[in-house]
Amino acid sequence: MDFFSVLYYRFKKVWKAVRLYLVIAGPGLVVMIADNDAGGITTYAATGAKYGYHLIWFLLLLIPVAFYVQEMTVRLGAVTKRGHAEAIFESFGAFWGWFSLLDLMIVDWLTLVTEFVGMTAALSIFGVPAWLTVILVVLLMSIIVLNGRYWTWEKIALGFCLLNLIYIPAAFMVNPSLSDIAAQGLIPNLPGGLTNELFFLLMANIGTTIAPWMLFFQQSSVVDKGLQEKDIKMGKLDTFIGSIITVSIAIFIVIVTGTLLHGAPIDDAATAAKLLMKTNHYVGAFMAIGLFDAGLLGAICISLASSWAFGEIFGWAHSLNTKVKEAPWFYVSFFITLATAGVVPLIPGAPLVLITLFVQVVAVTLLPAALVFLILLLNDKKTMGEYANTRLQNIVSTTIVVAIIILSTMYGVSALFPNLFQ
Amino acid sequence: MRTINQFFSKIREINQRYSKPKVEMSRGVKFSLAVLRIYLFLLVVLMIYKFITVMNVL
Repeated sequence: MDFFSVLYYRFKKVWKAVRLYLVIAGPGLVVMIADNDAGGITTYAATGAKYGYHLIWFLLLLIPVAFYVQEMTVRLGAVTKRGHAEAIFESFGAFWGWFSLLDLMIVDWLTLVTEFVGMTAALSIFGVPAWLTVILVVLLMSIIVLNGRYWTWEKIALGFCLLNLIYIPAAFMVNPSLSDIAAQGLIPNLPGGLTNELFFLLMANIGTTIAPWMLFFQQSSVVDKGLQEKDIKMGKLDTFIGSIITVSIAIFIVIVTGTLLHGAPIDDAATAAKLLMKTNHYVGAFMAIGLFDAGLLGAICISLASSWAFGEIFGWAHSLNTKVKEAPWFYVSFFITLATAGVVPLIPGAPLVLITLFVQVVAVTLLPAALVFLILLLNDKKTMGEYANTRLQNIVSTTIVVAIIILSTMYGVSALFPNLFQ
Repeated sequence: MRTINQFFSKIREINQRYSKPKVEMSRGVKFSLAVLRIYLFLLVVLMIYKFITVMNVL
């Protein structure tokens, strides 16, 4: 075979793989990018403002953490054809099932409130009143979901994922010093030593990387998309690319606030956007748009995670491929979750700080349970067959899960008792 | 009233359907679930303690 024939053959092979990936891509990308929700953007903005580029190395470590946890949901969903809630009910019985489902409902609803807080704060920078933002978001999300096709929903969600990349041009616009980023950010270091404040921020970064709703969402999404065992390889690649993108976005946010707001007290991303506007109007506007988009993406996925879980357990039709008439309760639960969460930020004097605290604490009760169930399910050889965890996968995933459980517990407990670790 | 009855009968049906765990209850699984129960119990105790101290301050 001559050189050109070999080249043509290889190109065709690669092109076929790319086309296959484009068909299967979706759940991993969406869940990972939606992971950078309103709370996540605030955490990254605060990280950059407080410690400059110094914690970029730590964010890079979160790529394998996010990947190893989420890829297990791909295998579980593709093999069992069941969502995470149903898998827990079936494998561990009604007690653990109800515990997970009710906990998920509470965590999702509270997180959804924080997404609306982020979205209303972001658009208020452009003069949009909060009530109008809530109405527009509920309408927009209902239209996206009611189109009756998973494929369309996924492509629209991927469009919003693209908008999340707005932090990349923002980072280039602030002209950061590449040598400073490399010198300060890529060499592991703990600026000022392991203080209570730094420890809390590191835990917050981990907490935003792995959230309970992500496990439920991705597994249900894999099932709704109809991925099969043969698609697992591409599903894992999708998740891997998603985990790289999500951490990259986080790093670009850190670069933006680390360059322009280093040393400024940042409590939320909206404050960061307002401060950035004083220095560079466009960068501030990009930050605000990104915050709104992050809240919207988070809201899209979180509300669906709950509706899918309820549908699985109550036996309702629960697919985005169904019309409202065919799956009324699926869409009703989606709308009620969304609308009730959207109303909360509009209530004068609503305890939003308390809600944020509650999200952290309640998530700590659900995350360890969901992660332990995930590993146990992946070790059920009778169900998983050749896709069960190997010894190496067990060592890696168990190490990651134990570390996440310890750190997220400390994060949750320190939210309850702020002076405990001082 | 009828809707409430239907709801509770649905809950009973779900409880019945998932009354027996399907996963093989090996020693590892039993140990993990026991640790999880203790962990959650301690967390609930902490939350109740926090709630009581906050109420006392108020």
